[in-house]
Amino acid sequence: MKVSIYPGCSAHGTAKEYSQSIEAVSRALGIETHEIDDWSCCGATSAHSTNYKLSVALPARNLMIAQKKGLDVMIPCAACFNRFKSAQHHIEKDRALRAEVESIVGGTYTDGISIRNPIDIIANDIGVDALEKKVVKKLEGLKPVSYYGCLLLRPPEVCRFDDHENPVLLDKLLAACGAEVKKWSFKTDCCGGSLSISRTDIVGKMVNKLAAMAKEAGANCIVTACPLCMANLDMRADAGLKMPVFYFTELLALAMGLPGPEKWFKLHITDPLPLVRSLKLM
Amino acid sequence: MKTFLDEVNERIGGVPIQRCYHCRKCTAGCPVAFVMEYNPNKVIKMIQMGKRDEVLGSSTIWLCASCETCITRCPNEVDIARMMDVLRQMALESGKGSKEKSVLAFHEAFLSSIKSGGRLNEPVMMVNYKLKSGDLFSDMALGLDMFSKGKLSLFGPKTKDVASVRKIFERTKTA
Repeated sequence: MKVSIYPGCSAHGTAKEYSQSIEAVSRALGIETHEIDDWSCCGATSAHSTNYKLSVALPARNLMIAQKKGLDVMIPCAACFNRFKSAQHHIEKDRALRAEVESIVGGTYTDGISIRNPIDIIANDIGVDALEKKVVKKLEGLKPVSYYGCLLLRPPEVCRFDDHENPVLLDKLLAACGAEVKKWSFKTDCCGGSLSISRTDIVGKMVNKLAAMAKEAGANCIVTACPLCMANLDMRADAGLKMPVFYFTELLALAMGLPGPEKWFKLHITDPLPLVRSLKLM
Repeated sequence: MKTFLDEVNERIGGVPIQRCYHCRKCTAGCPVAFVMEYNPNKVIKMIQMGKRDEVLGSSTIWLCASCETCITRCPNEVDIARMMDVLRQMALESGKGSKEKSVLAFHEAFLSSIKSGGRLNEPVMMVNYKLKSGDLFSDMALGLDMFSKGKLSLFGPKTKDVASVRKIFERTKTA
């Protein structure tokens, strides 16, 4: 299948390993990605916290460019995904706002473009069975908990691709790769998101709780699909609680035997290589 | 004359917040309630009572992490997450600024980076944040670690038509 891809700003920086593993996994699963031409930032939490129209207009600029190709838009970053979905929701239900945003951006908005997260595309379009057939190295001994965080599934009437209190698609993808997925109750709890830099003290408490609960569930790693969750869990938990955190696409690539994982794992702050090597996965 | 409650409701544009019957589901599920000055449901009550200065001057509205757990679980569909956005915006427009100086400094540094390059430049944003917040030395070791790993890129690609992004900032300016 063909999709437009919106990489998001962290793709070239802190979430390089997510971006590169998404590209590798997409290629291997037959998802042809076309980067949105000359894209710009979605505005993230900072825009919607301070200026409503800015928070709608910034994603709208990108949607108007993407609409020319007419493909589904795949957005790996949970934060960008959420901003795009919200902007679309507001524009499509409010005619006056749509007209205003069109004049702010200087373009025409067309309804109905499909904005999707790679978890949804891989689980529902490619299929868990098709993924399982590509697995050459089962992730035996890896005991992940799936961590969705806030932005992939809330609010449910906007995001709607998995259950918003107990989502299961990520569990299914990881199980297809041979991992022993652990159940826990914190799949959609918040990591503190954008308070990471301005109120590190608060975020520290939030991620410590998540890491402690993951450990209690019997997990030896946490798996995410969000650069903000990744950064907070990877950097901000106390030394005694920290455990390796992976982007789900890194693990899919590892299971499919694709090149890249070793290079990506070196970018993590909490080094996952001792775990991966002790399980002889590399 | 419009009350504080009318103004907030009009800007949210959803169900009126007085539908809240204080079941406290929002507060029970709120991941940052433990550091908030006023719990989310209390903010609603305060708006009803016209306590504009206390609400707009509170840390609560800036500590809300926008996780949207409240609106997801509210039995009356009161959009508390959107309400918090509205309150932050009203605080800025009224010239009150933010009781949580570092949180606002972060948002300003973030947006100014987008305005200048169309996309976020993480290292430049961090320097800008440190200058604005005065918090110069936190995360230095972490920053160096990330830099040496190649996780921070000083010269990430910018948006070519950055003029179109700046135009969006100009046309949506509120204060």
